[in-house]
Amino acid sequence: MLFPPTISERPHRVVVTGVGIITAYGAGWEKNAEGFRWGRTTFKPVTLFDVSRQRVQKAAQAELPDSIPFGNLSRRKQHRLERAAKLLFCAAHEALQQSAGAQDLAVPLVLGTTSGGMSRGEEFFRAAISAGNSRAGQATRVTHYLAQRQALDLAEAFGIRGPISIIANACAAGANAVGHAFRTVQSGQFECAIAGGYDALSQLVFAGFDSLQALSPTACRPFDANRDGLALGEGAAILTLETLQSATKRGAQIFGEIVGYGAATDAHHLTQPHPHGDAALMTMQAACREAGVQPAQIAYINAHGTGTPLNDIAETHAINRWAGADVEKIRVSSTKAGIGHLLGAAGAVETVACLMALKEQWLPPMTTTVTPDPEVRFNLVPKPMKAKELSQPFEYALSNSFGFGGANASLLFRKFP
Amino acid sequence: MSSVYISGLGAVSPAGWSVAALRDALAKEQLLPSTELPHGNPGRTRPLPVMRVPPPNPRPAFLGHSRLRRTSPITQFAVAAALEALGPRDPATTRKIGVIVCVFSGCVNYSRRFYDEALKDPATASPLVFPETVFNAPASHISAYLGSSAINYTLVGDAGTFLSGVATGAKWLLDGAVDECLVVGTEEIDWLIADAVRLFDRTKFLSEGAGAILLRKEGSVKLEAITDENLYHVTGKTAALAEMRQQLEGSARPVDASNPESSRPLLIDSTSHEKGISKEETLLWKDWSGSRLSPKKTLGEGLMASAAWQVVAAADALMNQRARETIVSIAGFHQHAVGARLTVA
Repeated sequence: MLFPPTISERPHRVVVTGVGIITAYGAGWEKNAEGFRWGRTTFKPVTLFDVSRQRVQKAAQAELPDSIPFGNLSRRKQHRLERAAKLLFCAAHEALQQSAGAQDLAVPLVLGTTSGGMSRGEEFFRAAISAGNSRAGQATRVTHYLAQRQALDLAEAFGIRGPISIIANACAAGANAVGHAFRTVQSGQFECAIAGGYDALSQLVFAGFDSLQALSPTACRPFDANRDGLALGEGAAILTLETLQSATKRGAQIFGEIVGYGAATDAHHLTQPHPHGDAALMTMQAACREAGVQPAQIAYINAHGTGTPLNDIAETHAINRWAGADVEKIRVSSTKAGIGHLLGAAGAVETVACLMALKEQWLPPMTTTVTPDPEVRFNLVPKPMKAKELSQPFEYALSNSFGFGGANASLLFRKFP
Repeated sequence: MSSVYISGLGAVSPAGWSVAALRDALAKEQLLPSTELPHGNPGRTRPLPVMRVPPPNPRPAFLGHSRLRRTSPITQFAVAAALEALGPRDPATTRKIGVIVCVFSGCVNYSRRFYDEALKDPATASPLVFPETVFNAPASHISAYLGSSAINYTLVGDAGTFLSGVATGAKWLLDGAVDECLVVGTEEIDWLIADAVRLFDRTKFLSEGAGAILLRKEGSVKLEAITDENLYHVTGKTAALAEMRQQLEGSARPVDASNPESSRPLLIDSTSHEKGISKEETLLWKDWSGSRLSPKKTLGEGLMASAAWQVVAAADALMNQRARETIVSIAGFHQHAVGARLTVA
């Protein structure tokens, strides 16, 4: 029953036993770990749709593998999948393979997205306004526009039978999805959960960010004094979350532990954060309070760091306030400098970046940032860095995700063991 | 574990801008009048029949709020329903209010408008319209209007997602993440979605509006149970619906043997016709001998708003002593069957 939920008396420790990822760096752990570790940038002209009349023409477009892992999905349904679903399938397949045996598959599936199958929605609209009376294919197009269709196809392909939640909290959706699944496992409602985020580049969303003049006409430079906007990307990341007890019992590979989740709402403006980052501060504090961790213990923050003037100054103020006297001990970077802003996938992809960094003991640099904003009091990571160069152990990493509508979320991870 | 209660209700529907208007319309059990919406494709002359929310009279004061003046109807309906559920209160007494907004198709008016502009000339596509296309715009506006910094989710899915949202809100309440939680289901009409709905069922009238409930740790209606999300792709639609019914009846109070008819719960189902998409749910409850309400037969197909109206109607019947127990049956289009059981506290 969804309610009343079955809840343990004591919270469970939650670990990650499956990780799947696809971005402009490529598909899989190795390609992405290599990209994050060296801070490679991946921006190139968009070829998925016409950008000739846009102010900005570049994005971090992912390359789909030649063979998509469709699982048990019928051939007919495979042909109907659109780009975002294919990205989702790639990430999910990798995560589920790694954690095979964890899930009896009656486990919840929690996904974050901002635009679901938007490219099919765009096709539906173009066909609906076109001349002629043919409605062929329209039912399929509109069905595959809906975010629940991608989730249902994924569940069917890989035999996932538990409840489906699709959180559409704009650019924090991926982090909220991971956080929501974390709560579900932590509370004992489920022993395991599949969670993550996905979004593909689409014409509507690209034009939207361009209309806001939020896209950088130069390069995405988070926390740089001369930053002038964000860059869009696409991809997906899926994680298998499991109780430590269950993972240990079956001898599973553990990629890291989730120890804190904070979520809050910034009511300042629909598209602009509060200039002092009040809600961001609340989410960071909440995640750390839950874990019983002080800022000085956190060596690295994977910032939301979009590269827009307004986001980065608000986040800078929030981190400065949160860390207080310990702010100079904190290292901060934004992986959006390399692969762009993945919107609903961002929080999940950046979760994976944090797990990779903790596991392999390096910090992801942002190589495009040259002149730090004068308000920045923490240490940026402008070039590749090994954890042993730090003056403290690299045990905890915090990830921030902030979205349109003031959806703010922070996740805190610990190295395992 | 503490209990969770519904302590406030709100509704905007083709019947009007209040729960009272919804209640009166449902009591008459007659389909409300429809209007005709021109098709957005000039080549299509056949209009689309829809059931619109009547213009508010007087204009709600909240529309003067700086965040709300440019919003599309989906947000206006959601805010109106949320404020009715909260009831008159001193903002200073407002506590940590979680917000969960559930949608099926979401902010279609501005999405369609913005994409149309972008196709014609992206250089002049409106930056004022784009932010309102984002799924979580209505939820953000509610939190902003209330000045709440508490957790806020927008959930997308089939209609039963409204009950998943109620379960999530109840969990936040029990975890102490929030002091109260608004759960809102909302939708707006656009020719594009009206056209889409008719691809699947030509007997349906698309409608619009919102329903809202306020969850607290005290109140007059007790949330007894929400079933599993019974997924169609796992067992098939008929079996998923049967499982939902079994879970609802398995958790119900025993029927009073001396007065079996009047002691049965009031059933609020999601059927609209006996055929088409409603066929399986109609068959599921064919043998139901208790009282029954089918809001879609009065209000049309409001997608997520319909699910919210069902729950509002179920709680309202308990608040007004028209039943002592209600069950809600929601059969989604293609995802799931989910049900809930409510009682007088």
